Amino acid sequence: MVEDRRLGDLIAYIILSIGVLIVAFPVWLTFVASTWDAATIINGQLPLYPGPKLFENYYRILFVGTSGTTREPVLGMMLNSFIMAMAIAIGKIFISVLSAYAIVYYRFPFRMTAFWIIFVTLMLPVEVRIFPTFKVVSDLNMLDTYQGLAVPLIASATGTLLFRQFFMTIPDELLEASRIDGAGPFKFFKDTVVPLSITTIAALFVIQFIYGWNQYLWPLLVTTKDSMQTIVIAIKKMIVTSDALTEWQLAMATAMLAMLPPVLVVVLMQRLFVKGLVETEK
Amino acid sequence: MQKNAYFNGLTIPLMLLLPQLAITVVFFYWPASQALWQSFLLEDAFGTSTEFVWFENYQALFSDPGYLKAFINTLIFSSFVCVLSLSVALLFAVMADRAIRGAEIYKTLLIWPYAVAPAVAGVLWLFMFDPSLGMLARGLQRLGIAWNPRLNGNDAMLLVILAATWKQISYNFLFFLAGLQSIPKSVIEAAVIDGARPMRRFWTIVFPLLSPTTFFLLVVNIVYVFFDTFGIIDTITGGGPSGATETLVYKVFSDGKGGSNLGGSAAQSVVLLVMVIAMTAVQFKFIERRVSY
Repeated sequence: MVEDRRLGDLIAYIILSIGVLIVAFPVWLTFVASTWDAATIINGQLPLYPGPKLFENYYRILFVGTSGTTREPVLGMMLNSFIMAMAIAIGKIFISVLSAYAIVYYRFPFRMTAFWIIFVTLMLPVEVRIFPTFKVVSDLNMLDTYQGLAVPLIASATGTLLFRQFFMTIPDELLEASRIDGAGPFKFFKDTVVPLSITTIAALFVIQFIYGWNQYLWPLLVTTKDSMQTIVIAIKKMIVTSDALTEWQLAMATAMLAMLPPVLVVVLMQRLFVKGLVETEK
Repeated sequence: MQKNAYFNGLTIPLMLLLPQLAITVVFFYWPASQALWQSFLLEDAFGTSTEFVWFENYQALFSDPGYLKAFINTLIFSSFVCVLSLSVALLFAVMADRAIRGAEIYKTLLIWPYAVAPAVAGVLWLFMFDPSLGMLARGLQRLGIAWNPRLNGNDAMLLVILAATWKQISYNFLFFLAGLQSIPKSVIEAAVIDGARPMRRFWTIVFPLLSPTTFFLLVVNIVYVFFDTFGIIDTITGGGPSGATETLVYKVFSDGKGGSNLGGSAAQSVVLLVMVIAMTAVQFKFIERRVSY
């Protein structure tokens, strides 16, 4: 190289460190706030280092709840979020792996029609058709149920497209070879297609889990009971417009708890997550 | 696009398609067609009678100054978030693409905001910039800047832009990094031999080669700002003060809440739907073109 590499590298380190700082600072502040008492925060005197109330605050928010009369402890909400995210991830993988298999490995009349019926759903997120969808769920008596939380969010084509793309790359010879061994469609699916798709399945799982966990508008509408609430909605409900009533240290502890599972999933399964993301979108 | 080796039959593929088709019809097509139908209906205040009014809801919509305002808000909000998050992410990606030690660690440290829920991101930024107790808001006030997103519409807009950008940088960073790493090193080396300086190399070689990624990200970002930022806006400002941060999607929600104006809300859904279809069409045309590169 002609130019001074060391200077360039130094600039890179500085800029990336600033980037990490920008990304991490709000979260650090949130963590710090979750370890102090309410008075310190309300006075605007929050220091930049953790305080003495870490265990007390997290214990209270997980098992007791905030002072408001109807507030549930957050542990149950985390369970709701977890069930919702798992149901969305597993449900989506299940329906889309089957439909993609039918579309790629079968020839039947209306095959392309079926494909397009599914494909069109890419274009209209639930936010847009929110009230009619709410009405359908309500008519089906699915308000305040896990099915009502999860199933309507499964109705989109992303998974089907991802699996279709992947199945197209499986060589035809594999099907021919498996036929010679006397395998039918189910055996081929079970013994060849699914094992080959494990990484794709895992990647889609990571993305859908995060998508489900982070849902906001939908659970806000379809849950009326406190016991069915998810943790992401709980935070908003803890922040009351009048400052004096908001127990910021508890709201911030809830924010930390709401971030923890999806962030862990992304960091631990980074490679799969990136693979799935790049392939779903392109 | 089809396989040369396949199965025949009708019953089995239909059975395989059934779960997805059933869910799609019940939870997608049924409500979507209801939205379309409802956009032509006018309900009286008590919900006792409805009347088919053709395009009256649409006419009311386009003559409503609040809708125009939401439209302009959305335009401002999405252009700022797109430009900011794309350029900052590109800067970080170019830096992380250098063969420096620890690049992997930096990558991990930069991507995780993707996993933070938009609503949670909103609360984080609200906490930092809350006029009375926020650490950064106090810093601004000490500098003599009157900062109050609860009363000042511009402050509120700035705050939601910052939070939405913060949340989106990690996503753009990932795609830019993947794009940069797919550029063959030999092209860059040839330019080095020709004596091109780093900045010149970037603008004449790297950036044009990244343009497909950039365009793709632009479309994805617009869709993100339209729909996924609902949680950010709801937690930070709730659309206020006096509608200053109300975007098109937020208005669909606030107008339809409590069933007060379902026809108007449905008409807004249909307008949004047309916009999203147009964007998707542009994206697909573009992707098709890119295949032949």
